[in-house]
Amino acid sequence: MKMSAFSLWNDRKIEDLIGNLLRAGVFLSALVVFTGGVLYLAKHGGEPADYRIFHGEPNQLRTISGVLHETLAFQGRAIIQLGLLLLIATPVARVALSILGFAGERDWMYVGFASTVFVILIYSLFGS
Amino acid sequence: MTVWEFTLLVWTGSAVAGLLGSLTGLGGGVVLVPLLTLFFKVDIRYAIGASLVSVIATSSGAAAAFVKEGISNIRIGMFLEIATTLGAILGAFLAAKVSTAAIAIVFGTVLLYSAVLAGRPRIKTIGDEIPDPLATRLRMNGSFPTPEGIRHYCVRRVPAGFSLMFGAGALSGLLGIGSGAVKVLAMDQAMRIPFKVSTTTSNFMIGVTAAASAGVYLSRGYIDSGLSLPVMLGVLAGSLVGTRILFQAETKWLRLTFSIIILLLGVQMIYNGVAGKI
Repeated sequence: MKMSAFSLWNDRKIEDLIGNLLRAGVFLSALVVFTGGVLYLAKHGGEPADYRIFHGEPNQLRTISGVLHETLAFQGRAIIQLGLLLLIATPVARVALSILGFAGERDWMYVGFASTVFVILIYSLFGS
Repeated sequence: MTVWEFTLLVWTGSAVAGLLGSLTGLGGGVVLVPLLTLFFKVDIRYAIGASLVSVIATSSGAAAAFVKEGISNIRIGMFLEIATTLGAILGAFLAAKVSTAAIAIVFGTVLLYSAVLAGRPRIKTIGDEIPDPLATRLRMNGSFPTPEGIRHYCVRRVPAGFSLMFGAGALSGLLGIGSGAVKVLAMDQAMRIPFKVSTTTSNFMIGVTAAASAGVYLSRGYIDSGLSLPVMLGVLAGSLVGTRILFQAETKWLRLTFSIIILLLGVQMIYNGVAGKI
């Protein structure tokens, strides 16, 4: 039973790390979205809002490289989008951390499962 | 309506949705899309994009607390996430293929189902004691702290749970919601996971599931910064307040009221879908 007590302690440590990561990711992204929002509203707040017809977000804000490029130009909308990308990246980072955690426990079966999820997420973010 | 007015109104609406969602445990996403499409006349594709983003925020925020308490089962979560993420990518691709009217009808149906589920008291699965060979091989059986001490449980019917989770992921990707209702079905009914563990593990999985379809949504232009701004910040604020005020006594009436609202929104969504208004 000594073995299971050891792995329980290890699980707890990973869970603590994952908890902190999730909290930090959400907080940081909300902060970036808010900052971008202030800039966006200061510049475009008086314009009419219309979301009735779907045009799609402008092309340069649909890709990670495009968002980063526009953020450097200090565009409010791009900074909001950067915050949203950080938010999307948070669960991805959580999965990456889980791979390391399972590897630390030498649980290779779950290293495999977590890596599968990680590959699916990366495919979705960069492949589509 | 100017951008300022629109932002403030949508922020308020999203905050109320987030508050009700966290107080009733049903999630805010399920009322967000009807709120945006029916009242703010937002195109459903923008609405599901903004909703999906807010789902990631609330799920990650809530999951942080539960993981630290050691209630979520990260092995069950990780294994089932293979199914939900694959389903989510399929759902997100479908969202671009089917008509907006069809999305509205499916959405309405999910709302009706959620209303029924929310209206009746939840059967609290206690968890099984007999080990299942496959679940044991997958090292899913676990334990969690209760006031009476550590409780052990065994997981059952892994293949059924896995298939249902694929469906939950597909719905999440198609509709931009967390689809907690289907996850509950998979984990409580099929896998017989104790309800406290299933609720928190489901919450833990929602963020990863939504992230899988977010990539597809982003590249198709569904995630609009101007709309996501008030929706994400509003839902997050509402759900944070919701987790802090826990008034046990009113939960029953709150759930009932919320389920009636969901029911009405579901009928409206289906009607608008059939009438071709969405």
